[in-house]
Amino acid sequence: MIDVIKLALAGNPNAGKTTLFNSLTGSRQHVGNYPGVTVEKKEGFYRVSPDQQVRVVDLPGTYSLTAYSVEEVVARDFLIHEQPEVVINITDAANLERHLYLTCQFLELGVPVVIALNMIDVARDRGISIDVEKLSRLLDVPVVPISARSGEGVEALMQEAMTVASAGREWQEIRLSYGDDLDSALLEMTNLISANSFLTDIYPARWLALKYLESDSQIVEKGREFAELSGLRSVGEQLEKMVAVVSNHLQVTLETVPEALIADHRYGYIKSIIRQGVVSRSHDEERIYASDRIDRVVTNRVMGPLIMLAVLLGLYQFTFTYSALPVAWLEIGFGWLTRVIEHSLPPGHLRSLLTSGIIGGVGGVLGFVPLIMFMFFGIAILEDSGYLARVAFMMDRIFRIFGLHGSSVMPFILSGGIAGGCAVPGVMATRTLRSPKERMATLLTAPFMNCGAKLPVLALLIGTFFAGNQAGMMFMLTMLSWVVALLVAKLLRVTVLRGEPTPFVMELPTYRLPTFKGLAIHTWEKTWQYVRKAGTVILGVSILLWATMTFPGLSTEEEYLFDQQRQQMQAEYGGVVGSVALQEKLARLDGARAEQALQHSVAGRLGRLLEGITWMAGFDWRTNIALVGGVAAKEIVISTLGTAYSLGAVGQEADDSLSKTLAMAPNWNRVKALSLILFIMFYSPCFVTVVCIVRETGSWKWGAFSIVFNTTFAFLLATVIYQVSLALGLAG
Amino acid sequence: MSRMMLRKMLKNQSGTITAVKVAGELGRRIREMGLVPGTKVTIQGRAPLYDPVALRVMGGTLTLRNNEADLIEVEVEESSE
Repeated sequence: MIDVIKLALAGNPNAGKTTLFNSLTGSRQHVGNYPGVTVEKKEGFYRVSPDQQVRVVDLPGTYSLTAYSVEEVVARDFLIHEQPEVVINITDAANLERHLYLTCQFLELGVPVVIALNMIDVARDRGISIDVEKLSRLLDVPVVPISARSGEGVEALMQEAMTVASAGREWQEIRLSYGDDLDSALLEMTNLISANSFLTDIYPARWLALKYLESDSQIVEKGREFAELSGLRSVGEQLEKMVAVVSNHLQVTLETVPEALIADHRYGYIKSIIRQGVVSRSHDEERIYASDRIDRVVTNRVMGPLIMLAVLLGLYQFTFTYSALPVAWLEIGFGWLTRVIEHSLPPGHLRSLLTSGIIGGVGGVLGFVPLIMFMFFGIAILEDSGYLARVAFMMDRIFRIFGLHGSSVMPFILSGGIAGGCAVPGVMATRTLRSPKERMATLLTAPFMNCGAKLPVLALLIGTFFAGNQAGMMFMLTMLSWVVALLVAKLLRVTVLRGEPTPFVMELPTYRLPTFKGLAIHTWEKTWQYVRKAGTVILGVSILLWATMTFPGLSTEEEYLFDQQRQQMQAEYGGVVGSVALQEKLARLDGARAEQALQHSVAGRLGRLLEGITWMAGFDWRTNIALVGGVAAKEIVISTLGTAYSLGAVGQEADDSLSKTLAMAPNWNRVKALSLILFIMFYSPCFVTVVCIVRETGSWKWGAFSIVFNTTFAFLLATVIYQVSLALGLAG
Repeated sequence: MSRMMLRKMLKNQSGTITAVKVAGELGRRIREMGLVPGTKVTIQGRAPLYDPVALRVMGGTLTLRNNEADLIEVEVEESSE
């Protein structure tokens, strides 16, 4: 029988939690989500001995255990509900004072804790020495100095953790003093809670009282629910009243609130411990470290923005240039597979399903994989090194105007802020934003950028109707995408995503050289998540889209007519198969047939139906079909337009002739082209992006929102531009 | 010795926090990062557009927006240029 011990890793962000987790579990880890929220849950196993395994759970990095953010709630709920046998609290030895604030809260909760003094080597280099024994004695908790990066002390840490876990002691909370007023309120409340067994099955009584005093929204809410269900309403009300009384008293006498006083006393307690000679420095505290010296240049008023621009351009180049080769290999692979199937299967629905539906769908998913891998690798470097926090620091002033956050800049750029990106990695990159509303606004507006798939469509239209100033036009459209994205973000932040800006109080972590192992694990994890989760949905959707563009097909009579025409042509040329003229004629016939089939399909009918509205923006039914198809992937707009305009050749080689056809078409002109360009830029994101939005927000609601909202917005914009230009007589 | 709001402090100036005048989420967030009365802070620099501000606190660096720095009162040592 294998004995499994549950161990939680907890600590502040930047304490080196992930590094320790990776070194403990190696590749034996599993990444999922906590139920109902988008916070990642990482688990892995660590083998102590052949018959003893430890399940290691990496809790999200937090500064506190209040209900301030989802991460904190998740971390705290895990400790309370899952009752791990031991918690390893990772702290930064060079920043001990601040990191002990969280430690303090673990001790108040009573969980069995072992403190890991991480980055002890860095602290040593900085001339900071820590009296480990004294710290351990004063806190009454085992303390082990480690360096998660080099592995120093990790074994000793695990041994200590095993000792604590196997001791299996009861939860034992420490009781800090918060001053007379709060202490007496706390005592009274604790007694009331214990006497009535108010939620004591779940929470320790004193801890619960403390959370009431801190006006912890989650706990107060739970208290109300419990009071209602268990008929203890008077107890719940009494608790809230006691908080109100003491709050009032503090307001009058000290002009403060209980939660402020509690935080002050916690830090007071920590300072009293540190000052007993736990930490001693051989250098002056104000000494300038290498990290600060880097910051002097990197966040300098002049150099800072220039360096940032170079770094972001570099990331962009890295992601889109270097991934081009593997993407091309994949395309060649899928092209080969398509040809194999075309040669081995007779024409028909099965072949079409396999080539257009399934290979198209899976190809669509896998085609993004190299892109996502490169992007996450690049971001991991920026994030792990600490540079990303500096970008947020420098850009915050501008993005805040639009209700966003300094960290919003990167997702925008990846999505096509520099024309040619992709919204899929862009949306996924919003994970680096820790503020929920700003993050939502960013990921909903990032798809407005001109991604690489929109570019060929835009290029075709610009080349046909705005020849002469193509570069200038493209630049203007790029600027326009930024303006629209930022303004829409602002609009969302004052309507559906209304709310105070999330406080910016943020840490600028010390610069660190990322480890290759960390980067590799990080990249692999994210990429695999994408393939596994987005992949299945996208496959289903692409089959669905294929079906709407295929069924119902031509009627038997129509099929018969086409077959007859075909035979006639072949007969005319007397069976000379190689004839170029014949091939051309046959291709034309196939094109006409494809056009008619498309007209018949659900998508075609939809296109016709939509014409009733879309004429306002100048779109005919053929354009509508192409736009509907474009929801599958923006590149499809061109090929579908090609099919709809009945060109013999379908696909890339049709571009040239499509351009000519459009230029000649009587109902096409500059105004219509401009209207279409604007619509394509801003309407519904492609389905892969929508699926990513759903994954990242955790709800289909936001996916649906982005389809409906963006399409409505794009349509209104296109209509206004079209109608105004027509009225001004610009169509000629 | 004089008291001023953190926002008014100059680069490289140091002081000791005397009060954090905000409750609720923002207050909680500011306090849990160690910005409580008695903590020593030094202005490390400002972003290119003068906002946010970077502070040196207990051996680490924190950033605050100016409107958040407006809520923190500091007792400064005489101007140390």
